[in-house]
Amino acid sequence: MTLGMNTGLTERSWQAWARPDGRKGIRDAIVVVYLVECAHHVARRIVDRMDDPRVQLIGFPGCYPNDYALAMMKALTTHPNVGGVVLLSLGCESFNREALAANAREQGRPVETIVIQQSGGTRGAMEAGIAAVERVRAAADAQAVRVPMTMSELVIGTICGGSDGTSGITGNPAVGRAFDTLYDAGAICIFEETGEMIGCEGHMAERAATPEVAQDLIASVAQAERYYRAMGYGSFAPGNAEGGLSSQEEKSAGAYAKSGSRPITGVILPAEQAPGPGLYLLDVVPAGDPKFGFPNIVDNAEIGELIACGAHINLFVTGRGSVVGSAISPVIKVAANPEMYARMEGDMDVNAGRILYGDATLDEVGAEIVDLIVAVSGGAQTKSEALGHQEFVLTYKAAGAKGPGCLPNAA
Amino acid sequence: MSVAAIRLTPTDNVAVCCRTVEPGEQILVDGHALTVTERVALGHKLAVVPLATGDKVIKYGMPIGSMTHDAPAGGWVHMHNMQSDYIPAHLRDAHGDHA
Repeated sequence: MTLGMNTGLTERSWQAWARPDGRKGIRDAIVVVYLVECAHHVARRIVDRMDDPRVQLIGFPGCYPNDYALAMMKALTTHPNVGGVVLLSLGCESFNREALAANAREQGRPVETIVIQQSGGTRGAMEAGIAAVERVRAAADAQAVRVPMTMSELVIGTICGGSDGTSGITGNPAVGRAFDTLYDAGAICIFEETGEMIGCEGHMAERAATPEVAQDLIASVAQAERYYRAMGYGSFAPGNAEGGLSSQEEKSAGAYAKSGSRPITGVILPAEQAPGPGLYLLDVVPAGDPKFGFPNIVDNAEIGELIACGAHINLFVTGRGSVVGSAISPVIKVAANPEMYARMEGDMDVNAGRILYGDATLDEVGAEIVDLIVAVSGGAQTKSEALGHQEFVLTYKAAGAKGPGCLPNAA
Repeated sequence: MSVAAIRLTPTDNVAVCCRTVEPGEQILVDGHALTVTERVALGHKLAVVPLATGDKVIKYGMPIGSMTHDAPAGGWVHMHNMQSDYIPAHLRDAHGDHA
């Protein structure tokens, strides 16, 4: 790990929640998890009736089993920002609720499971669920251990969504500057996504920490291109074109700027924890031929994967103007486009668009983003948190494959 | 005061508009005096030099696609006259002019 110029930053600390695995959380969410769409309504009503921003809804809709979804849910329910878990099962779905509950319990989380078919149906399960959430929340509070936390213990993800011609010249490179500072402070930084790195693989390979990582980067982008080509669409939406982007590789070049300038330490897969400090590419595209559809159907699917990789906070750069937040981990919204910022200021945490008017430099906005990360880590609410955004999406996916250089620091 | 358009690296043959520019407007981009030939919106690209069919479009110092039609200096460069060298992009049907 390299210590950079901003050593003063590494001394900044805030109070966090200590977890049994040694990680620290900046929030203490109680997640209510529906394990099949059939349990969604009951779970949602429980969360609505609790009316506590800390009690959050996540879930998986399918009845068929899926190794990826189970791995994701295991990672999410033991995320350092999660203090307790209530599972909502219909009863006959395939999701392995026992394994999920046992995993969270092993990680010291209070866990309760409500099976609707064994709890008197909708009404009974709702009442039982509310009582369970109250018990789990009280247990989480009773066992809470508060400890100081610093930037070197943070995991920060970044994503861009609703990109336009401004994203790649304001918001994304400003996040890149913030990533450089975080990297130098010893944090774990994760950028995505392989489908949006098409055209950047050569440059990424030059930044790879080892030749093995370079191979993995090139292979994962090649697989992304193959996969998206077979699907018939790249990661390029009509709004990207309306905003001035003309091709996948133009969007990629802009998206790539989020990664900053430091060496790329490794490639990680969804729900995998980075083994040490550094900069990682999240490979979101499964191995093999397309199965179950698009790798991630929408930004929140990707945000969920970054969170499953341990992200405490995600930096979301948007040009067109996304409004989403997320369950579990706060989302900091960086507006790339100054005209959009003027229209949607209430949703945006940072106005990187002012770079375009010459009113701020990339370094200034990068430093502002780092300051905001520290403030949000200490409990300050992001705009999307204050507005109640707690989006969550998890769908079927095939498990990814891993090359030899993926985890160079693994013990 | 803000500039009308910026070239991100010296090897780029397109510039990015920092505001909407109008036909006939005279702008200076990195030493190139350009006459804007059509309306180009914020975030969209202008040709800094004349571009011919088949030319690589260079932005961020890297190719972002190839020209499918010619564009004059000061002209709008977008999906009507360039395309990806990797994966075809798609538009909503309402925009209907794209195959």
